[in-house]
Amino acid sequence: MNSNTNAGASLSPDLTTHVGSLTLRNPVLTASGTFGYGLEYADLVDLSRLGGIIVKGTTLEPRQGNPYPRMAETAGGMLNCVGLQNKGVDHFCRHIYPEVRQLPTAVLVGVSGSTIEAYAECARRIGELADVPAIELNISCPNVKHGGMAFGVTADGAAAVVRAVRKVYPKTLIVKLSPNVTSIADIARAVEAEGADAVSLINTLMGMAIDAERRRPVLSIGTGGLSGPAVKPVALRMVWQVYEAVRVPVVGLGGIMTATDAVEFLLAGATAIEVGTANFVNPRASQEIADGIEAYLSRHGFASVSEIVGAAHSAG
Amino acid sequence: MKKYQRELVVAAAEVLRADYTLLRLKAPAGPLPEMWPGQFVQVRADASPSTLLRRPISINFVDTAAGELWLLVHAVGSGTRALCALREGERVDVVLPLGTGFPLCSGGERVLLVGGGVGSAPLLYLGSRLAARGCDVTFLLGGRRAADVLQADCCKRYGRVCITTEDGSAGERGVVTDHSLWTEASFATVYTCGPRPMMRAVAARAAAMGARCYVSLENTMACGLGACLCCVQQTTEGHVCVCTDGPVFEADAEFSLRPLPSATDYSGTNL
Repeated sequence: MNSNTNAGASLSPDLTTHVGSLTLRNPVLTASGTFGYGLEYADLVDLSRLGGIIVKGTTLEPRQGNPYPRMAETAGGMLNCVGLQNKGVDHFCRHIYPEVRQLPTAVLVGVSGSTIEAYAECARRIGELADVPAIELNISCPNVKHGGMAFGVTADGAAAVVRAVRKVYPKTLIVKLSPNVTSIADIARAVEAEGADAVSLINTLMGMAIDAERRRPVLSIGTGGLSGPAVKPVALRMVWQVYEAVRVPVVGLGGIMTATDAVEFLLAGATAIEVGTANFVNPRASQEIADGIEAYLSRHGFASVSEIVGAAHSAG
Repeated sequence: MKKYQRELVVAAAEVLRADYTLLRLKAPAGPLPEMWPGQFVQVRADASPSTLLRRPISINFVDTAAGELWLLVHAVGSGTRALCALREGERVDVVLPLGTGFPLCSGGERVLLVGGGVGSAPLLYLGSRLAARGCDVTFLLGGRRAADVLQADCCKRYGRVCITTEDGSAGERGVVTDHSLWTEASFATVYTCGPRPMMRAVAARAAAMGARCYVSLENTMACGLGACLCCVQQTTEGHVCVCTDGPVFEADAEFSLRPLPSATDYSGTNL
């Protein structure tokens, strides 16, 4: 693996990743809502080793989120119903952006909303921040009553949000898709047609947990979004299908815990991947996954990560 | 305080009672990071196949001389059972130290530390630090029966120990707020950790005697780092994370919770 010790061996593989006009150091991003603003992990992770950070979803107005309890551990995963708690885009621009812009990695912002106008205005505000090269538009949060997933579960709804945001947001626009749909490929085609630069998938799968002793749901609002290794096969299948349906880059996420998991997503067609729930289990997961992808490419003699994107499609 | 992800070695795993194990952990090399009373750690329970997330465990004691971190673990589910099954020499992945701690009052003050069941865990380290500052420390430990009262002997090194049990098998019969000391003595500060109804009752008694009351919460959490926003608590400042803005809050008579000043830097304070 270490080319310096072996004269004549190939150089380290090129991990550079392009998503729209965005260039990342490597294909590893941290998923929105699982890594805070990056600052929370700065003691534990070398942020300069990551492709980028997608910071916690921001809405136009502050949101208190849902009541506690918001989390339930399940077999191989966890449910959450946080409900987009955040202090609003003004707070982000004034107080958080000055700090996160100095982080040694790309900083992307998750954008959420409950009306089309609010999505567009929030995106426009983030677009004014020079050091935020891309947004991830979350049209798939299962934990807010109005908006969120309501837009993301129909092709028309998804298209309408992306159309409005595209008009006011000139930089790289990644649209995060819901798996809670009949055909995710149809939604992906709809947002691509409206000018999305990339799609990311999957957001959490809607689920629930019930406390048998107390005979009631565990989560405060009853249902929540399932994440973690339990959802990986579903996510992988959806990345595979969407890769075949659209021409824009696909960002894959859903239960990625190890570098091997990440490589599987790349082989299924993901140009980049996001690490989410794994950050809770192993704070160093994102960094270790980036290192592991590099080791995989070296071991198999690939010169760049782009060589394996979608490679499993041509294998059969 | 800077956080670390470290692999620690089990120096001893001591079964205190049927379901309670004291894990004494050491760093394989070098010293442990500095830790403050009331802080907690996030421990991986890899031996449990059904446990994905880390288990938040409060810091029971730090033996600086021996280089040991003590965790008092109550086996209630698969994850904590796996932690209780750890044996000497095994390694465990720990993220530490997390959360704010208990504010330490100044020397000479009379302080009461009230613990219920395994909730008494953070009070041992707290009591040791308060005693070192010259505080007059009283522990009040409660449980359903004598078997739920933990580490009373350890606590005796740092102050007076009072006990209540609901079945009267140790100490005075009743719950912690029934103990006679509430009518005999007065305290400037009350610290408490345990079941929420108990802490509520303690906060009301503390307020009635004009004492400050600090409570330590144990909301379920995922990251422990302030990122996931799962462990939120409604406070006078809205929803805040128990893992980073807590687990210690100041409680009034109605159990309205106030986060402690967020930028508290304990490193400059004399341990």
